[in-house]
Amino acid sequence: MVVSPEISSPTATAASDIPWRDYVRGDRVHRTLYTDERVFNEEMVKVFGHTWVYLAHESQLPEPNSFVSTKLGLRPIIVTRDRQGGLHAVFNRCAHRAATVCREESGVAKSFQCPYHGWTFKNTGELVGAPWPQGYGPDFDKSEFGLGKVTRVESYRGFIFGTLGESAPALADYLGEARPWLDYWIDRAPEGEVIVRSAAHRMGYRGNWKLAFDNAGDGYHPSFSHRSLLEMASRMGDSKDMSYFGKTPDDGPMKVYSLGNGHSVIDQRPNFEGPGSIWANQRPQPGREKFEELIRARYPEDADRLLDVSAGAQINLSIFPNLLIIGNQIQVIEPLSVDRTQLTWNATTIGGVPEEVNTMRMRTQEDFPAFGEPDDQANFEEVQRGLAVTEEEWVLMNRGLNVDGWQTIDENGVIVTAVTDEIHMRGYYEEWLRLMNGETQ
Amino acid sequence: MSQKVQDYSDTSSWSYHVDESFYADLDRFGEVLRADWPAAGVQTAREAEAFLAREARLIDEGRFNDWLELFGPDCLYWVPITPGGGDPRREVSHAFDDCRRLTDRVYWLRTGLAFSQIPQSRTRRVIGNVEVLDEPGSGLRFIRSNFIVNEFRAGVAKTYTGWYGHVLAPQEDGWQIRLKQANLLDSEQIHENLTLVF
Ligand code: FES
Ligand SMILES: [Fe+2]
Repeated sequence: MVVSPEISSPTATAASDIPWRDYVRGDRVHRTLYTDERVFNEEMVKVFGHTWVYLAHESQLPEPNSFVSTKLGLRPIIVTRDRQGGLHAVFNRCAHRAATVCREESGVAKSFQCPYHGWTFKNTGELVGAPWPQGYGPDFDKSEFGLGKVTRVESYRGFIFGTLGESAPALADYLGEARPWLDYWIDRAPEGEVIVRSAAHRMGYRGNWKLAFDNAGDGYHPSFSHRSLLEMASRMGDSKDMSYFGKTPDDGPMKVYSLGNGHSVIDQRPNFEGPGSIWANQRPQPGREKFEELIRARYPEDADRLLDVSAGAQINLSIFPNLLIIGNQIQVIEPLSVDRTQLTWNATTIGGVPEEVNTMRMRTQEDFPAFGEPDDQANFEEVQRGLAVTEEEWVLMNRGLNVDGWQTIDENGVIVTAVTDEIHMRGYYEEWLRLMNGETQ
Repeated sequence: MSQKVQDYSDTSSWSYHVDESFYADLDRFGEVLRADWPAAGVQTAREAEAFLAREARLIDEGRFNDWLELFGPDCLYWVPITPGGGDPRREVSHAFDDCRRLTDRVYWLRTGLAFSQIPQSRTRRVIGNVEVLDEPGSGLRFIRSNFIVNEFRAGVAKTYTGWYGHVLAPQEDGWQIRLKQANLLDSEQIHENLTLVF
C-alpha cells in the first residue's frame, strides 16, 4: 500500500499546493478527502463556488420581490427576485461590519435593512443608505458598499443555480447530458410546472457531504442498506418498489449513465412496463385504494398516467455538486462541516393535475425519508467512523472497472453500464479534481 | 381472492377510509386542540394522565406491538413537519401513519434490519401540563400535553421537546387512539435520524 502524507500533518504544504491527483486515483480516493478540515475548507471555496451550484427552485420565489435565504457552500446568501421578476443572489453579509442582513427563511422584501446599524440595501444588493451619513467623509461612495453578489445566477426550467466562477460554461452547457433527464423529470408534470411549497425534510447526519453524493448514484447498496424497507414492503406479500434491486441487479434492465461534468443517473424505469406500472409497484401509502378508485372513476382515459405521476419518477439524477433528483423530490446537499451535513428533501407538487394527485404525492414522498434514507444515513455515519482508521487510507470505487462487456459509450460520450458499477463516483471525482486544481473546462 | 384479502375493513392491510372526510376530521381535531378548554375534573384528568403514562412506558420499553394495540382502526399517528401541523394535503410530514402505515412502522422497527435502529434508540419521556376535554356530542376525549423525550443511541444523547395532541375514542373497556399528533418544537428544522417513536 502506498502511504500518502496526511494532509493535516505539520509538514503538509498549503492547501493550494496539494497534489490532489495523489488523493484521487483511478480506482480509489484517499480517506482524508472525507476527514480533513483543510480539504473541506478548500472545497467550500472551489467546489461550492467555482462551478454551478443549485440554490433554489423558482416556485419558492413566487412573486416580484420574493426572497429565499440559503447558502452557497458555507456563505449565507439571499436569492431574490427584483420587481421585474429577474433573479439575483447576494451575500447575506452586511458591507459595514458583516452581520447578516436577512434573518428570515423566505418572504417578500424590496430591501433589507441590517438590524445592527441600520444600513439598507436593495434586494439586488445596492446600498440605499447608511444612517446619519454626515459621519462619513466626502469620499464615501455608496456604490462601493453594496452587498456582494453571486456574480452569475441562471435558471434552467425553474432550477436556479449560481456560481462565482467567471470561466464556468453557460448553465445549460454545464448541465449538458443531464438536461434530457431533468427534462423528463420536469415534463412528468403535464405543463412542466413543478412546485416546491411544502415544508422540507431537513435530515442531518454526522458525516462528510460527499458520502451523500457517493450514495446517490450507487446502485450497489439498495439490496443491503435498504433491507429493512424491502422486508417491510413484503409484510403483505410481494415487496414492490425497489425489490428489483435484489438478487443480481447487474443482470437486470436497470442501468447507470455517466453523463459528464460529474453528473450521473440511475434509470429504474426499465423495471416498469407500460402505463400504470409505476403506480402498481408503489408501496401502499395512506389512502391509496380510495385514491385509485376515485381517479379511475373520474378520469378513466387518463387514470394510469395520473396514478403514475402520484408515485416517483424512477430515476436518480445526480447533478454535481449538490443537486439530487430522487423520486419526486428535489434533494439538496448542504455541507455544514467536514463531518456534518444537511440533506434537504424538498417535496414537490405539480400543476395541471387534480389536487388529489398532489395529496397522494405528499404521502408517497413521506415513505423514503422515513424508512429508506435513515438507514443510508446510519451507514454514512458508520463510514465516517470507519474512516478514523488512519492506517487504512483508501476508499474504493473500482467496481465495474475493466469488467468485460459492462460499459458502452454513445455518440455524446455518455457511458452506460451495469447498475452497480461505481462509475458515478469515478465520474464526479474527475470533476472534483478539475475544480480543486483550478483548471478551467 | 381469499376471504382475508376481500376484507377491506381490515385497515392494517387496506386504506379505503383515508378520504376527504378523514382529512376534514383532522382539520376539526386541530381546531379543538388549539382552543382554550375549561379545567377537567380530577377523575378525568387522572384517567388521561394514566393513559399517557402507560402509552409512554410501552414506547420507552420498546413494546411496540402493545403500543400498536392502543390505536383504533381509523387511527393516525402524525408527526408534522410544519409547526402545529399545516395542511397535510399539501405538505409532507415526518410521519403520517394510518393503521396500515403504523403497522408497517412497527414491523419495520422489529425487522432487526433497520440500520438506523441498530443499535436501538433508548428513550425515556416525561409528559406534563396535561389538559383534557371530553367533547359532549362526539364522545371523543381530547388530551393536550407537553413532552420531553430523551434519546440515547450509538453514543449520542439527544433531547426532543414538543407537545402531543391525543384524540381518544371511547370503547367498552377504555379508550382507543384516533389521533396521536406529536408536534416537535423544531419540527421543520434539521434533525438527525428521526426513526425513534414519539
Ligand atoms: S453590520 Fe450592518 S449596519 Fe453595521
Ligand atoms: Fe439508498
